[in-house]
Amino acid sequence: MKYLRFALVGVLFGIILSKGEVISWYRLQEMFRFDSFHMYGVLGSAILLGIIIVALIKRGQWRSLDGESITLANKPRRVPQHLLGGLTFGMGWALTGACPGPMYILIGNGFSVAVVMLASAILGTFVYGRVQHLLPH
Amino acid sequence: MIDWLSQPWPWWVTGPGIAMVMLLLLYFGKAFGISSTFRTTCAALGAGKSSSFFDFDWRMQIWNIVFALGALLGGVIAATLLADPEPIRIAPATAHALQDIGIESGPELLPAHIFSWSGLLSSSGLIFMVFGAFLVGFGARWAGGCTSGHGISGLSNLQWPSLLAILGFFTGGLIVTHILLPVIL
Repeated sequence: MKYLRFALVGVLFGIILSKGEVISWYRLQEMFRFDSFHMYGVLGSAILLGIIIVALIKRGQWRSLDGESITLANKPRRVPQHLLGGLTFGMGWALTGACPGPMYILIGNGFSVAVVMLASAILGTFVYGRVQHLLPH
Repeated sequence: MIDWLSQPWPWWVTGPGIAMVMLLLLYFGKAFGISSTFRTTCAALGAGKSSSFFDFDWRMQIWNIVFALGALLGGVIAATLLADPEPIRIAPATAHALQDIGIESGPELLPAHIFSWSGLLSSSGLIFMVFGAFLVGFGARWAGGCTSGHGISGLSNLQWPSLLAILGFFTGGLIVTHILLPVIL
């Protein structure tokens, strides 16, 4: 039962990304071709509101449901890792039209072939773990 | 109500909705980032035996797998109870550009001749789905996060490494869209 809350937020996330058509390959093509504001509006408003939420959490020292203080991890300050890894991810994002969340959500939308995408993405993560020491970070 | 919910949702509902998901996860003491579930899955399948990168207590991450499976269920609900009977509306300029490289637009969320079981073993199916998703899984871990972890969680927390990652995401997408797609199709 302790996981039920995560399942419910997940359901909400799946509905939002489906109905917002963020899972559509075409919507990403519109974004990368600068033909529609939709994806910029989605990401921009999510980030803007997110910045306000995180600032309020920090200022108000909000606590989590379990009474712990809410802390957000800092990302490691490394340039090559973020640029090169980001470039790799971005190429895959435009090809599949799906970042990790939408891969799960597409399966639910009846595109069962997305399990192949999911499996291939997990394989990609596995291979990264094996060759990590060879890459610039 | 159902009629209204069944239409495609505008950006000003979708974007704030995503921020609310991040807020709820923070309230539950967790960080919003989906690509971590790939690493967790590798660890749960035993990859920790051969690589220290996967040698961690993956049971601590089960909540994220549950969240991802919840999202899958949310997709089912969206496609059944809240299904939109209309074909997807695509910006005319994008539809024309895609038509020029041999991709017909609509009526579904994805070009069905590529993103289907019958399209899987064609060269475009392999490149778009198998190779593309491999890059997503590889790149997300290399960059230390994906659209949710860097794009939403990281930028909300004003992390400049996340801004670099987003710059990389976008540059990679532009390269594929404007240079690679016309060549491989």
